[in-house]
Amino acid sequence: MSSKDVILGRIRSALGPGLEAPAIPRNYRRDSDKPDLDLLVERLVDYKAVVHRVTGGGIPAAILEILGAGTVVVPPGLPTEWLPPEVEAVVDDGLEADRIGAADGVVTGAAVAIAETGTIVLDASPDQGRRIITLLPDLHICVLRPEQVVASVPEAVARLDPRRPLTWISGPSATSDIELNRVEGVHGPRNLHVILVAD
Amino acid sequence: MTTFLGMPARAPRGVGHLRGDEPFPVAAREALANAQLRRNLQHATTTIRGKSGRVIAELPDWQELRAAGSALKAYTMANLPLLLEQLEEKVTAAGGVVHWAADANEANRIVTDLVRQTGERRVIKVKSMATQEIGLNEALEAAGIAPVETDLAELIVQLGDDKPSHILVPAIHRNRSEIREIFLRAMPGVDPSLTDNPPELAGAARKYLRETFLSTRVAVSGANFAVAETGTLAVVESEGNGRMCLTLPETLITVMGIEKLVPAWSDLEVFLQLLPRASTGERMNPYTSMWHGVTPGDGPQSFHLVLLDNGRSAVLADEVGRQALHCIRCSACLNVCPVYERTGGHAYGSVYPGPIGAVLSPQLTGVADNASLPYASSLCGACFDACPVQIDIPSILVHLRNQAPHPRTEAAVMAAAAYMMDRPKLYASAQRAAKLARIAGRRGRGLPPPLNGWSASRDLPAPPKETFRDWWRGR
Repeated sequence: MSSKDVILGRIRSALGPGLEAPAIPRNYRRDSDKPDLDLLVERLVDYKAVVHRVTGGGIPAAILEILGAGTVVVPPGLPTEWLPPEVEAVVDDGLEADRIGAADGVVTGAAVAIAETGTIVLDASPDQGRRIITLLPDLHICVLRPEQVVASVPEAVARLDPRRPLTWISGPSATSDIELNRVEGVHGPRNLHVILVAD
Repeated sequence: MTTFLGMPARAPRGVGHLRGDEPFPVAAREALANAQLRRNLQHATTTIRGKSGRVIAELPDWQELRAAGSALKAYTMANLPLLLEQLEEKVTAAGGVVHWAADANEANRIVTDLVRQTGERRVIKVKSMATQEIGLNEALEAAGIAPVETDLAELIVQLGDDKPSHILVPAIHRNRSEIREIFLRAMPGVDPSLTDNPPELAGAARKYLRETFLSTRVAVSGANFAVAETGTLAVVESEGNGRMCLTLPETLITVMGIEKLVPAWSDLEVFLQLLPRASTGERMNPYTSMWHGVTPGDGPQSFHLVLLDNGRSAVLADEVGRQALHCIRCSACLNVCPVYERTGGHAYGSVYPGPIGAVLSPQLTGVADNASLPYASSLCGACFDACPVQIDIPSILVHLRNQAPHPRTEAAVMAAAAYMMDRPKLYASAQRAAKLARIAGRRGRGLPPPLNGWSASRDLPAPPKETFRDWWRGR
């Protein structure tokens, strides 16, 4: 008898003949709400992300302001017009880890952002790339369009595809392990900048 | 052949960390005498209670979310065989390999063999209660494989040659200056001018572990959630060490208790609101990673999921106790518990301390092996109020106390008292005798042996000068 059969047999015997499954009360907030961009900014800033609000053409200037001249890793599908000419872009075509870690930063888009929690979610789409590129550099610049912002967690879950690798990011890397106070800056990027593009 | 229709299969002895060396009251006495420990715990639990309370108050539907979370877990338990098979099918279809481990020994053997097959001698680990429960690190070390804990608090515990004392923050019993001392003593290559400033301490861990992350080809993780409907797994964390372990290595081995399932993808909308607010007191934890089997060209290209029973099916057999399996390991019950706040986690003797540990550990091992834990509570009910999935911990504690043997002298005294109270004449003469005792003895001395154990932690009330009956007669 396999361990699978043993375990499933034990569970069935533990549950007995007819354990009734309860109905799930879904009366928590699930409806779509108009997302409040100011709330998103407030919540991002509260968890030590830096937010830059720009109009459509202002992305390169914002990146230049954050980075100065330097090297950034970019995913293969990142719109090239986002980058200022002063910045050297290294496109990730399967780069080695040390190359990614040596860059001054990484620029990506995003899949969804949640206003209520100040969270951005990456789903490895072409403008976001492999998970490793947003992990090793010490600076992550994320460009967000207003239509990607939702009000709450349930709306974000509904928009996301559970078959893709997903990374939910709320502020820079942090820890609460020392006396239960939040301290920014452990293994992930210690600097998170969000460029929020206006309509 | 193994039979499963007889006694429920508990977590085996001699492996893992579910049983303490001494009963709770003995272990607690040592902790209570440590003033530094009590200061650290009080500071940390007060901080987290404040933070958590503030972000919970921001949500108008917190109670509705708790009710949904509780019902979802009950639904999962009722449909567990079906959901586990669905998960296996989905994970396999997504390129993962599913293993079933009936107990700690089997899980340790599976993981050790998988690491051996890669030829590696070192693994990086994301903090995982399940792998601590089964003593995986000891099993790997015995096989010549070095496990490296990458969570900051776990690293503090590992470098300090210490034991975890909290589910979420295993080094909660250490303050910043103690952490600095541990790093200076045990962290290779540490800057000797390190101060006890928390960002600097975090920076030291970043520097120390970066090379290890980049050069280790096998990772071992736990899982916070697994979605049966899609085969998606989720790990919730703060530091980015989880992302490192889940992204950089070639092989990922995830060990998960069979109760960690959620039925559908959309159910995460409930738990991803409950967990961070109840746990670290954040609106959302810094990082949550979700993966679906193997993604070509992105992350580990070999994924193994080990489904662990180790006594869980036995817990499921208890109609009152089974709700302990609803736990999402947030540790809110530890942070509000007046007993935990004073004794800390070590006194519980198990990797699961605090109120949830007092109901989970005895059920996983069988009550006889953890008989003192159901008594490690004042039954104040704060844990029930704090639990984001509404586990009625006080009721389970009382239920388990009925299964734990009472001391024989206590039972004898209670039986004698019951006999006497049934017989008015006997009762009256006992009251007179108690009055004599008032003259003969001083208050606070306690009872003579063999009853002194009972009165060691209880004050004996002074018998009154006049009994109610005497007063009534003389009125």
